[in-house]
Amino acid sequence: MGLGGLLSAVWQVELVRMVVLAAVVFTFLAVGGALFLVLAERKISAWIQARVGPKHVGPHGLLQTVADTLKLLYKENIVPHRADRVLFSIAPILVAVAALLDWVVIPFAPGWVVRDLNVGILYFAAVSSLTVIGILTGGWASNNKYSLLGGLRSAAQMVSYELPLAFSLLLVATLTGTLSTVRIVEAQPYPAYLYPSVAVAAVVFLVAATAEANRIPFDLPEAEAELVAGYFSEYTPMRFALFQLGEYGSLLASSALFTTLFLGGWKGPFPLPWLGPVGNGLVWFLLKTYAVVFFLMWVRWTYPRFRIDQLLGLSWKVLLPVSMMNLLVAGWLVVVVR
Amino acid sequence: MIGLPHYLVLSSLLFGMGLFGVLTRRNAVAILMGIELMLNAANLNFVAFTKFVDPTFVRGHVAALVIITLAACEAAVGLALIINAYRHLETVNVDQVNLLKG
Amino acid sequence: MNAEALAFCALAAMVLVGGALVVYSRNLVHAAVSLVPTLLGVAGLYVLLHAEFVAAIQILIYVGAITVLILFVILLTEGATGLRVRQRNEQVPLALGVCGALVALLWVVLLRVPWGPAAGPLPPYNPGAVGRSFLMPYVLAFEVTSLVILASLVGAIVIARREE
Repeated sequence: MGLGGLLSAVWQVELVRMVVLAAVVFTFLAVGGALFLVLAERKISAWIQARVGPKHVGPHGLLQTVADTLKLLYKENIVPHRADRVLFSIAPILVAVAALLDWVVIPFAPGWVVRDLNVGILYFAAVSSLTVIGILTGGWASNNKYSLLGGLRSAAQMVSYELPLAFSLLLVATLTGTLSTVRIVEAQPYPAYLYPSVAVAAVVFLVAATAEANRIPFDLPEAEAELVAGYFSEYTPMRFALFQLGEYGSLLASSALFTTLFLGGWKGPFPLPWLGPVGNGLVWFLLKTYAVVFFLMWVRWTYPRFRIDQLLGLSWKVLLPVSMMNLLVAGWLVVVVR
Repeated sequence: MIGLPHYLVLSSLLFGMGLFGVLTRRNAVAILMGIELMLNAANLNFVAFTKFVDPTFVRGHVAALVIITLAACEAAVGLALIINAYRHLETVNVDQVNLLKG
Repeated sequence: MNAEALAFCALAAMVLVGGALVVYSRNLVHAAVSLVPTLLGVAGLYVLLHAEFVAAIQILIYVGAITVLILFVILLTEGATGLRVRQRNEQVPLALGVCGALVALLWVVLLRVPWGPAAGPLPPYNPGAVGRSFLMPYVLAFEVTSLVILASLVGAIVIARREE
């Protein structure tokens, strides 16, 4: 199914359906993404550093992010002196919307996908590349040299890491012969002789996705020791929250895509009782996705930050050649076995 | 019903805008942006013709994809040239880059 | 008014307003950011024309790479592209005349030609059709394009590198 459904005779119904779906996905993103992940991040970092973490608001500090969000809502929105008002307000919205649009092609369970596009993974790559523009304009519009530096670094970083990411997606497309995420899940598990290629692609994807999400060890755009807080130094409450939403939303989306491409999506190792196919799919999908998120958080609180030249060198001199060779080998294997 | 003429009129307007930008801008990067608009207008025509006139082999899509690729090449080389010019002449305004003029 | 017409009008407005800002805006960063709605609008039109693959590539390459590169260069050369510099040369009236005449000529031609009906139905869309076209009838174009990419890759690196 393409986007053509919107043009059918009952397009009003279709429009309402899309608005409702957007609301549902947005709620999921805000609650399961930003709200939950911020808390998880603080708890996991505390656990790794042998601290307790937030514990005063609600039982075991469960309501800490809710309280923080409420606080953010009450604070004043400040636009810095001589900043570019229009772009300053648009940038965080762009970042959040890009993170939201990622979710259109993620299949949660059999039949549970907002829209199964026939260019699915390409669409994902395209939409997530919109984030860069939001970050770059946000950094420039703040009229602050640290923000600008953060924005420029982030553009260089994200453009470099888009290539290895795209090559991982290409590998999956080559193996399954489709770009649709649903069909990719259905085509798994991959045949055993392809495991080495898929494993290499998965590692490359994970590294590149971490870099795309601007997380440690690749969080140079917001390196707090050198750049204050990078591109969002000047951002105050709600706009800052939108940036956070975008960041955690795209982190969750990358993990979900990783699950979809490499971990079998909604398919589980064994069926759970009483849940039915949809419930089963949902449970396994969310379990896998949050496991990937946990892994990324673990990495974040374990490793130090790269230098900018090391970061770009890793992408251009290691990941890109490796993923190109990998694609070549996998393509050859597929042809030979057929 | 939206037909071929609608798309052609739109793309001609876009092309005109791009040409206006190329002719009137002083900054080389802005001229490049005008060129991108013109390329997009051409692409729009190719894809529209594919749907309304010649759907075999999706030829127009092939042409559009080639143009998008070449536009990326052109932007990369063009911007490298601009960066180099800026480094040597400290300007990116095309009417000030006139070292070859006697 | 049906859905297609509505969508076309909205996308056309997006493209034209964005395009006008690109060529008209005094602030180059604004001009570059205005490229985003223009290019997204064109991508939307591709979707209307059943070219989803081209639309995705348009967003991926034009919006995600070319616009970012352009913004990057504008920010790197900020000294010369600042707001105090005159952005427009003295050819504005002439250019207006030329562009107006060109568009008028195009309209006269476009609206007079009897575009025949489609030579056949649009094949059921999938990205595979484009891929097969690239590798069977148009393989030469494909290879030449990849050669151009290689050449421009080398060229861009050589030109932009700082001389030691």
